[in-house]
Order: sequence, then structure tokens, then C-alpha cells
Amino acid sequence: MSKIAAIFQRELSGYFNTPIAYVFLIIFVMLGGLFTFYVGNLYERGVADMLPYFTYLPWLFLILVPAISMRLWSEERRSGTIELLMTMPVSVWQAVVGKWLAGVVFVAAALACTIPLWLTVNYLGSPDNGVIAVSYVGALALASVFLAIGSCMSALTSNQVIAFVLAVSAGFVFVTSGTPIVLDAVRAVAPEAVALGISSLSMLTHYEGLTRGLIDVPAVVWVVSMTAFWLFATTIAVDLKKAG
Amino acid sequence: MIRFAKDRMSALLELKNLVKRFQSFTAVDGISLEVPAGEVLGFLGPNGAGKSTTMKMAAGFLAADEGSARICGVDVADQPELARQNLGYLPEGAPAYGEMSVSAFLRFCARMRGLKGDGAREAIARAVDRTDLGDVLEQPIETMSKGFKRRVGLAQAILHEPKVLILDEPTDGLDPNQKHHVRQLIRDMSADRAIVISTHILEEVDAVCTRAVIIDQGAIVADGTAADLRKLGPDSGRASSLEDAFRHVTTSVTADHPSHV
Repeated sequence: MSKIAAIFQRELSGYFNTPIAYVFLIIFVMLGGLFTFYVGNLYERGVADMLPYFTYLPWLFLILVPAISMRLWSEERRSGTIELLMTMPVSVWQAVVGKWLAGVVFVAAALACTIPLWLTVNYLGSPDNGVIAVSYVGALALASVFLAIGSCMSALTSNQVIAFVLAVSAGFVFVTSGTPIVLDAVRAVAPEAVALGISSLSMLTHYEGLTRGLIDVPAVVWVVSMTAFWLFATTIAVDLKKAG
Repeated sequence: MIRFAKDRMSALLELKNLVKRFQSFTAVDGISLEVPAGEVLGFLGPNGAGKSTTMKMAAGFLAADEGSARICGVDVADQPELARQNLGYLPEGAPAYGEMSVSAFLRFCARMRGLKGDGAREAIARAVDRTDLGDVLEQPIETMSKGFKRRVGLAQAILHEPKVLILDEPTDGLDPNQKHHVRQLIRDMSADRAIVISTHILEEVDAVCTRAVIIDQGAIVADGTAADLRKLGPDSGRASSLEDAFRHVTTSVTADHPSHV
């Protein structure tokens, strides 16, 4: 446990030791605001809630979370520090979890920076704050899935740009797997049951429930199993590709 | 392979028939070694001979295709975390987290080694003192010269007073004074430890090593003290320079089989 904490702390302070953290936070808050007020038309809708923000958040995450996850393992491999880390008395899964947790806490900090938006809608009207709180939890859960996918992609390559592109692509498949983009392609070659199975992997299906304030069992199962699966895949990737 | 008679105490580091293949290329082809406490083993060989690959397997970083490595009797593949507790390892190129300061980096390493509170502070102070890093503690590692980075890597390796030290080119990039200092450090630490250093600086063998192994094309071609190795030179049986001996045992193999790739 103390080793997970040590890795977590080193990784998190690593974000703030470089400009990454500040660039990310500023862009994240700016784009969030942009989506909410211009694309989501917060004012014109005349409803005091944060739905415009949370509706576009998965797309924002799709691009920005891989920027957080891309360095997790690629950088270790590029700089050779993975050799240092993996000859210390620590298991691969501890390192994987420690690094992923650092990403989760960092995204949580980014989400915390959007609290002024929450205050704004409270000033404008009386939103259902329970729904907003659940939406924040859902957003963080979504980010933790993206981070788990991203950490796996990062473990596959020593190149951060490749890790980023792979993570965005994989994330895109999971975001859109409930939409015709993916389902039509699947239906053309596979039976309906397969298409149904794939659509149940979709992020948006589960996330939409959360933005309505609904924490249901399938959503929780989806978040936990997706995160666990991708973190497990990360440990395998780290193990296999250590040398390269 | 030429071997010289030697007494063996129980070995702290044991490599048994290590083999590593990359696709069809065999980088390490059956290396066995035992290093007892008090021995400083110099690992010599031309570039690409398999020195670093062997050290990576000994440290448990790379999985061996065949054979085994044991640190203080513990197999690095079967019980990696236990085996690594007794290992101090300086990887090739002395990698470190560049954005961290020296002190933050060593604090991180101490935590990873399970050192806490006063124990960690003392261990860091001792390692910093031994590697002479006191003046640069708050400097980010990436802004430092190659020699300083190497010393940070050394400090990290000796931090927890490990029984087995595996140092891949510990003096690379150091100026003559720093080299002298590091060799002194290695000698001082050798009493109750098994130390393996790789180098292509032959004078290092005379300066610090109690035993030297020359490897070529993934196999041991000579094993003995510096005096033993000198006898392997071109005028067979007569003492020659280490460099002549080195070139004689290594190029004689590579020249005959130039197309090993």
C-alpha cells in the first residue's frame, strides 16, 4: 500500500512539476465553458442545470484525458526509468494502480475547477444539486475508464504521441459503440446479439443515466469492470513490453 | 572458455545458464556466474556482447528464456519482490526521473525501499555523502551533467545498503577525479557485498575488480583475476597488457564469425 502511495505521489507531483498540469487545467476549464455557453446554449435554454456541460464532457474527455494518460508508461519506457522502477521491490499491478490513481486525482482536480459553473447555475436559478453531484461522480467514473484505457495504450509504446492517438481511437470506439457508426458496421457482419453486446459497452448509454442523477447497477458494473479490465491489460502490457 | 581455479564461498549472486533470445538473435547464450561476498566482479566485453542484457536478467528486469538468477538465494523470477530487496541496480545510462530534484528522487526511492522517517533520512544522508551530491540536492535531475546523473543513479542503488550491487557502467561520463571517487566507493562497499560492474574501461579492472569476466557474443570467454587475464594476450602465457588480452580473446572470435547477425 505504501508503495502504491509512493508511486501515486510521484506521478501526481510529476504533473505539477511540468507545464502539463497548468495547460491542461486551463484548456479543460475554457473548453468546458465554451461547450456549455455556446454549443450547449446554457442561457438560451432558460433551465438552471448543468446538462449542457455534462452532455459535452465525454467528448472533451475523449481528447483531453489521453493527454493525461499518455505519459504514464511511455515516458518511463522512453527515459529508461521503467528499468529502475521494475527492479525496485514493487509489483507491476501496484505500479499500474498507483499511476492510474494519480491520473484520476488529477482529473478530479480539473473537475473541481469547474465548480464556479455549478455556483453560477445556483445563482441563476435553483437546480437539482443532487443530480449535479451524481453527474460529477459519473464524470469522474467516466474519466477513470478513459484513464485505464489510456494507461494500457501508454504501456504499449515508448512514444507519447502514439499513446495519445491510440487512446483517443480506443476511447472513440467505446464512446460511440452504442451509436449507428459502430453498430451498423457490426450488424453487417455479425448477428444482432453481438451488436447488442457491443452497444452495452457504450459509455454514452451508461453515462446518460448518471447525468440524469441515476446511479444504476449496470452503470456501476460497467465502470468497475471496464476499469479493472484495462488496468489488468496494462499490467500485461508492461510485463510483456518492458524490454522494448 | 578459460577458467582459473578459485575458492567459492556461498554466492550472493548466482547466475545459472542464462539465455536470452531476441527473435532469431541470441544475445546471451548460457552465462553462469557465482559472485560471493567481498568480490567485485568486472564484466567486460565489446559493445553488443550481451553485458547489459545479462545484467538486466540478473536484476530480474528481463525474463530469461532459459536459466535462472538468484540474489541471496532468492530466484528473481519466482519471488521478484523479495529478491529485489537485496538488490541495488544502476541501469545502463543511469535513468532517473528528470523533472524531480535529487532529494525528491531519493526520497521516492527510499519510500519504495520501505524506508521511513529517520531511517529514510539517514539512508539518504549517507548515500548523498558517499556520492558527493550535497551541493545539488534541490536541482532538477534533468538539468544536471552526465557525471552528476550517474552519481544520482549510484546514490539510488546504494541507498538501502543492498547485499548485491549490479552497476552497469558506473563510471561512464565521469571525469578522472569522479572516477577515482566512485572506485573508492565501490571498494569501500565491497567488504560484505557482491558487486558486479560492467565497463569497457580496462584500467577499471586493475583499479577495483577482484575478478574479471570477459564475454563475447553472449558467452563467457575468460574468467579470472586481472593477472590471469593478462596471460591470455597474443604472446601466450606471458603477461601482456589487459587491452591486448581483451582484443585477443574477443576479436579472435568475432573475426572468425563476422556474420553473427
